[in-house]
Amino acid sequence: MQQPETSLTSFRPTFVAQALGLAFAGAACALPAHAQTPDPNLARNLAATCANCHGTNGNARGDMKSIAGMPADKLIAMIEDYKNGNQPATIMHQISKGYTPEQIKLIAGYFAAQKPKK
Amino acid sequence: MKVPAMTNLHALSRRRLLGAGAALGGLALAGCASTASGPSIGRVVVVGGGYGGTTAARYLRMWGGNVDVTLVERSASFISCPISNLVVGGYKQMADITRSYDGLKAMGVKFIQGDVIAVDAAAKKVRLADGKELAYDRLILSPGVDFMMDNIGGLKAAIDSGRVLHSWKAGPQTVALRQQLEAIPDGGVYVMSIPRAPYRCPPGPYERACMVASYFKTAKPRAKVLVFDANPEITSKKGLFERAFKQHYDGIIDYKPNSEIRSVAGNVARFEFEDVKADVLNVIPPQRGGDIARTAGLLNMNDRWVGVNWLTMESTAAPGVHVLGDATFSAPAMPKSGHMANQQAKVAAAAIINLLKGEAVNATPVVMNTCYSFVTAKDVVHVASVHQYDAVDKTFKTVPGSGGVSAAANQIEGRYALSWADNIWDDMLA
Repeated sequence: MQQPETSLTSFRPTFVAQALGLAFAGAACALPAHAQTPDPNLARNLAATCANCHGTNGNARGDMKSIAGMPADKLIAMIEDYKNGNQPATIMHQISKGYTPEQIKLIAGYFAAQKPKK
Repeated sequence: MKVPAMTNLHALSRRRLLGAGAALGGLALAGCASTASGPSIGRVVVVGGGYGGTTAARYLRMWGGNVDVTLVERSASFISCPISNLVVGGYKQMADITRSYDGLKAMGVKFIQGDVIAVDAAAKKVRLADGKELAYDRLILSPGVDFMMDNIGGLKAAIDSGRVLHSWKAGPQTVALRQQLEAIPDGGVYVMSIPRAPYRCPPGPYERACMVASYFKTAKPRAKVLVFDANPEITSKKGLFERAFKQHYDGIIDYKPNSEIRSVAGNVARFEFEDVKADVLNVIPPQRGGDIARTAGLLNMNDRWVGVNWLTMESTAAPGVHVLGDATFSAPAMPKSGHMANQQAKVAAAAIINLLKGEAVNATPVVMNTCYSFVTAKDVVHVASVHQYDAVDKTFKTVPGSGGVSAAANQIEGRYALSWADNIWDDMLA
């Protein structure tokens, strides 16, 4: 249980540093004026990685959990529980560890703003 | 006096409206109203209506709204490779893995059933087999794989004749394999040959072995499944498949690693150390990026795969041409899967909209993968991974400590696997 958490922690600062580095590099060639502004579509793009199982914009069917319209705090807490093993899962304990807390926050905010279909 | 003028004006704007609607895909006026505003920001042609191409087309319309999207696909409807092994096993029908493209049409995607045979990246247009040309601002190729059969004597002729099946593209080959299995006598032999990695769907061959064995176990208990793997060991979910082979199919499945096929003659498959007579011979050939990627000169990695810029999925061989899915030269530990193609398509759709608008692209994309495999009709095992973009090495890398496989085969994931299919098909096609 400790092992994955440890490697996740050590991974995080590296990733953030790399992400920032690239944000500058990428913006420098395409749109210098906006180099300081975060990508307005980042939350949308991150949330789209969940859609394969949880449906487009979080509206799932069948046995998958619908997460469209779920309050952000609730979703963040669920993911935390998967990450630290408090909530047993078939697969989400493995997937949730691939995202940084900042990314989970963005994803949760995006789904909270989506309309549930039913 | 005023009435006719008003009528004319009304008629004119109505004509304009209809014209714009037609440009965006005919019947889709209602869909356009919610997704499009203002003039088109660009024309995107998508070649290939599989997991990658459909997702790209749908998300371009959903996120870009006024992107003019044309999807060119050979088949009239989508047939899924994932879940197709259940058809092979007799647990699902072709109708269960077939979906129409109508949802995409309703989203305003122009659908052309046809075959793109040439790409002119300099002139930014593609040519179809019927001579029609399509101009684009950005091109997406999601061409899947085609087979490399030159080094396996007799294979091409055997596959062309239908005597030997690959069944590695879902469709008539799936049906044919099922029919051959139904015709096999009790005590007959099914032989599968697995190519060296990388190939499409790493766990797919082992799932297929389970499905065929599951069918034999109940219907033809004396029939055998002989698996000849060119790889030194099972390439995905190894422990889980080994357990399934032993637990459920002991005495039915015989698995042989380091066994690369050399040639095919009649119903005999020739390997380095033995010749094997088969009642059903299923040779999964070595693969490369699909034909159109080769024709377009994009196979710049080992002469087999397309190198891409992972921030945009743009080919490193041709500007303005984005390539998705199995045809790409995979990032480390990135599988060639439908799920991954869907994820890559979203990276490409977001980037293409950015590029058409003159904006910076997302500098920190993430993709993830989930592959469920059936080891019995109900028991399923998964492998999952999350891949974050690494700006230093300019590639996706798996996140240490994340991802993994099932603790053991289980029926809860059997339900999830089928729900996965329903949800991803909606995400591509609804």
